[in-house]
Amino acid sequence: MPQIKPGTRLRSAVCASEVMVVAAPKESVELSCGGAPMCELSAEPAAGASLDPAAAGGTQLGKRYVNERGDLELLCTKPGEGSLACAGTAMTIKGAKPLPSSD
Amino acid sequence: MNLMMLLEMARSGFGDRVGLVSGDVRLRYADLFAMAGAAAQELAGSGAKHLAFLDVASPALPVSLFASAWAGLPFAPLSYRLTGDELDALLERLAPAYLVTDAERAEALAGGAVAAARGCDAFLEAARAGGAAGEWSMDPDAIAVLLFTSGTTGAPKAAVLRHQHLVSYILGSVEFGAAGEDEAALVSVPPYHIAGIAAVLSSVYAGRRIVQLASFDAEAWIALARSEQVTNAFVVPTMLARIVDALEASADSSLPSLRALAYGGGKMPQAVIERAMLLLPETSFTNAYGLTETSSTIAVLTPEDHRASASGDDPGLRRRLVSVGRPLPGVELEIRDEDGKPVGPGERGEIHVRGEQVSGEYLGRGSALLADGWFPTRDAGSLDDEGYLFLQGRIDDVIVRGGENLSPGEIEDVLLEHPDVADCAVVGIPDEQWGEAVAAVVVPRTGAARDADALRGWVQEHLRSSRTPERVVFRDELPYGETGKLLRRRVREELAGDA
Repeated sequence: MPQIKPGTRLRSAVCASEVMVVAAPKESVELSCGGAPMCELSAEPAAGASLDPAAAGGTQLGKRYVNERGDLELLCTKPGEGSLACAGTAMTIKGAKPLPSSD
Repeated sequence: MNLMMLLEMARSGFGDRVGLVSGDVRLRYADLFAMAGAAAQELAGSGAKHLAFLDVASPALPVSLFASAWAGLPFAPLSYRLTGDELDALLERLAPAYLVTDAERAEALAGGAVAAARGCDAFLEAARAGGAAGEWSMDPDAIAVLLFTSGTTGAPKAAVLRHQHLVSYILGSVEFGAAGEDEAALVSVPPYHIAGIAAVLSSVYAGRRIVQLASFDAEAWIALARSEQVTNAFVVPTMLARIVDALEASADSSLPSLRALAYGGGKMPQAVIERAMLLLPETSFTNAYGLTETSSTIAVLTPEDHRASASGDDPGLRRRLVSVGRPLPGVELEIRDEDGKPVGPGERGEIHVRGEQVSGEYLGRGSALLADGWFPTRDAGSLDDEGYLFLQGRIDDVIVRGGENLSPGEIEDVLLEHPDVADCAVVGIPDEQWGEAVAAVVVPRTGAARDADALRGWVQEHLRSSRTPERVVFRDELPYGETGKLLRRRVREELAGDA
């Protein structure tokens, strides 16, 4: 897994999901989508991996996903069938606090 | 991070939805994306280091903003009200620039600092013809926007907003695709104002159709709000005052589709917002406070706050209507005294702000952030015990009279409550005995008395005597900038001229 930082774009190896890193811890993290490790957007995913039915909850465009510790945040920039996990634990959608539009 | 990511997501999520209405032109998010790509290709081949945008709002605004982001050039919107010399000086600082402007200026300004100049129509036509640029950079530190702020002295400063600041602001304040398909935002602030940039980004990310009004006029604004069934809008206080006047004067004062009206950019007179709320009882009002250096809004007074304030007789609650609300999530706010120490509720000091959307940086001058990451805004204010922020003018406007710091805003608020006073400005004037003395320039209500002693007595009754204006002069109007800011420097100069 490459070192990730805010702005890094990653893709799923097994579905169409793409994310952008919004916040990341300093140490490296183990990120997966659909049960397979994610790779950088520009990288070619390893062949042969397939979507793990146990991690097929899907990602939703524009939703922000956070890990359990709350120090990793990903923005889904392209939806797909796989679901996101950090160090083996499913990431959850960050609840949006509705704000009035101000501009 | 890159602003283009916001448009790319809009194209993926709802590309066929109309995202922009400008006169007869209607563009879908997919069209905006394609045109930005074509224009980015042209920019990349132009040899320019900046894109300068010099015109009223048109479809060329979002296309050139996103094309700049795609091509990796800072986007610098310039005021079309600048004089020739002022403009030349700014273009020199942006050299070599790719200039998007009106057809006449495109011809006149080509050459010198301007590597390429295009009229907006020609620029859009070329973008429609198609083309494609490569990948955009995701470097969060790349400069997205340069906004020239009108300094009171010296050359204008260019506030630097990097992609990380603007993207953080949007991600932190707008839910992706949250707008219904029927929602439309009327944008009437000029492109060189931070609110004009923020409106483009917020609307695109929310999926809310942008309806552009090139130059503000209350009747045109009302007509467009009705014909385009506008649901959301942002106005500066002077715009709202004129809209309220026009609505009150017309037989039909309703704006049935308008669900939400946000305002900011200057001090809103309490009478104007109260009249607006009475005229438009179905509309939700939001007061937004922000600065260019903070990527737009950092605090909001919500529609619920407005309603609570209007419904109660509690003076504390009513006073909240003149507050700018509480900070956005992800924004920290603190009031500090002259020694940099945080002050308690109700105490006045300088507003400091910290957060990912806060840039606080000027081109060539470095960062104005303190070592601990806080940005001193030069705005004076206080927080109440529930964290509501009240603005009290600029720190630099403080009147120092005999060693005592006086806030012009506090004295203005008292004067505005007098029945004879329609508007007023309080400034410091040089004084041999006190260093500075308090002067009030008052615009009387139509037909009201021009009684300086009565007004002095009124202030003395409500505040301490040191705050009583030594001088009261009457004028028919006060000088305001086009976005509703009182031009205190001009008030002072005018007073000095006829002293």
